[in-house]
Amino acid sequence: MSVLLESLIELIRRSSAEIPDDVNEALVRSLESEKKGTIAESAMRIIERNIELAKRKSQPICQDTGSVIFYVTCPVHFDQVTFEEVARVAVKEATRKGFLRQNSVDSITGKNDGTNLGPGSPTVHFHQHRGAATEVRLILKGGGCENVGAQYSLPQEKLHANRDLDGCRRVILDAVLQAQGKGCGPGVLGVCIGGDRATGYEFSKQQFLRLLGDRNPDPKLDALEQDILKIANELGIGPMGFGGRTTLLGVKICAANRVPASFFVSVSYMCWAFRRQGIELDAASRISHWLY
Amino acid sequence: MLPLVAPFTEAKIRALKVGDEVHLTGVVFTGRDAVHKYLHDGGKLPPRVILRDGILYHCGPVTLQDEQGQWRVTAAGPTTSIREEPYQAEIIRDFGIRAVIGKGGMGEKTLAACREFGCVYLHAIGGAAQVLAECVKCVRSVHFLEEFGAPEAIWELEIEAFPAVVTMDSHGNSLHRDIFAHSQAELARRLSCSGERSGI
Repeated sequence: MSVLLESLIELIRRSSAEIPDDVNEALVRSLESEKKGTIAESAMRIIERNIELAKRKSQPICQDTGSVIFYVTCPVHFDQVTFEEVARVAVKEATRKGFLRQNSVDSITGKNDGTNLGPGSPTVHFHQHRGAATEVRLILKGGGCENVGAQYSLPQEKLHANRDLDGCRRVILDAVLQAQGKGCGPGVLGVCIGGDRATGYEFSKQQFLRLLGDRNPDPKLDALEQDILKIANELGIGPMGFGGRTTLLGVKICAANRVPASFFVSVSYMCWAFRRQGIELDAASRISHWLY
Repeated sequence: MLPLVAPFTEAKIRALKVGDEVHLTGVVFTGRDAVHKYLHDGGKLPPRVILRDGILYHCGPVTLQDEQGQWRVTAAGPTTSIREEPYQAEIIRDFGIRAVIGKGGMGEKTLAACREFGCVYLHAIGGAAQVLAECVKCVRSVHFLEEFGAPEAIWELEIEAFPAVVTMDSHGNSLHRDIFAHSQAELARRLSCSGERSGI
């Protein structure tokens, strides 16, 4: 087996079975803050036990192992074609080993061939840089949380949302309200203000690559992130929508330029089973260290 | 924590109230999007799949088959139930289901069917695939594996002490409806306050 293949299978295994430390810390805080004896607390206890079990048994945290999305930061002259070929073999192999569910369905025929391979499956985003390092990040995004993502086109009269930051805030909070129960909470929001319909969603998802505890370098976006987090956690939606104190674990927002006629706010939601890992590869394609 | 053993009598189900935490033991059948549409379109169930007085679980498990052909469930949490809202009420009526396990809750049509026919909605913890897979003691059979694929097939599972919460009961109560109304009012209050402050 090629070294790169081995590294990518290990990346998939660990992404599927282990919650990254930054998210785990936020979940532990959330469990501690729930009122004792409530169903919200029971839910958080089951979540805590589940995280421990998945890691110990090296099995998927959640049965919906989601869309498989790779983000590759690579030097100039990196062989993207070979990488993508190996990534496809890795996905097929990880599926055979049970790290991924047979999760990819032909949208026209309804057939699931059990390999997780097909158009757009997996997705690989390449980003070249002038440095020498090759970093591979992976997000496994389940369907429950993907289905509650939302894209708003401002203005939105019903929500009193104009083309300004207050309007953005209103539609983002509406997305939190609508997502309740369906995307398994407590979750994390990734948001892009601006862009076109495709880049808006793409950038919103890339926000999940940020560490949960980081702060936005843009003071306006930082304030908006903190404000939405605070309000969302005052709404009483709670874990799994059972009522309670933690509705969101984090909010991450970026901005992209837009054309004058469009003003999209794209909201992606990630469930508590926040599957995201990353590796840096050495010259021989071995894992030199873990990024999260 | 109330222990509940399937199959159920109507009286047993009617005794459950929103907020009750239960531990389920017995046989469940999984069924999700493809199965609901199939049944709604008049599809027939194999004779072995008996839903009457039993449990339907909205779940697409991760399963592995050993060399002897025996299936093992390695991850088995609930999927989002609201997608089955167009079909669920009729399926509860036609197949005599007493409990639906899923996540996220369901709508008014299903709530009305729970009240009319004596059924409850049991919320399992979404994403808790390992804790819930530990409660699956064995796979008894699988149906429509070829047609629908593994996640969408009907899996007959024997479960033991499977934790869930009653979030929609047979008396017209829904935790989901209440929490939505409450959170919507809380949000409106906060937005109107801030609107006044900033002069909007």
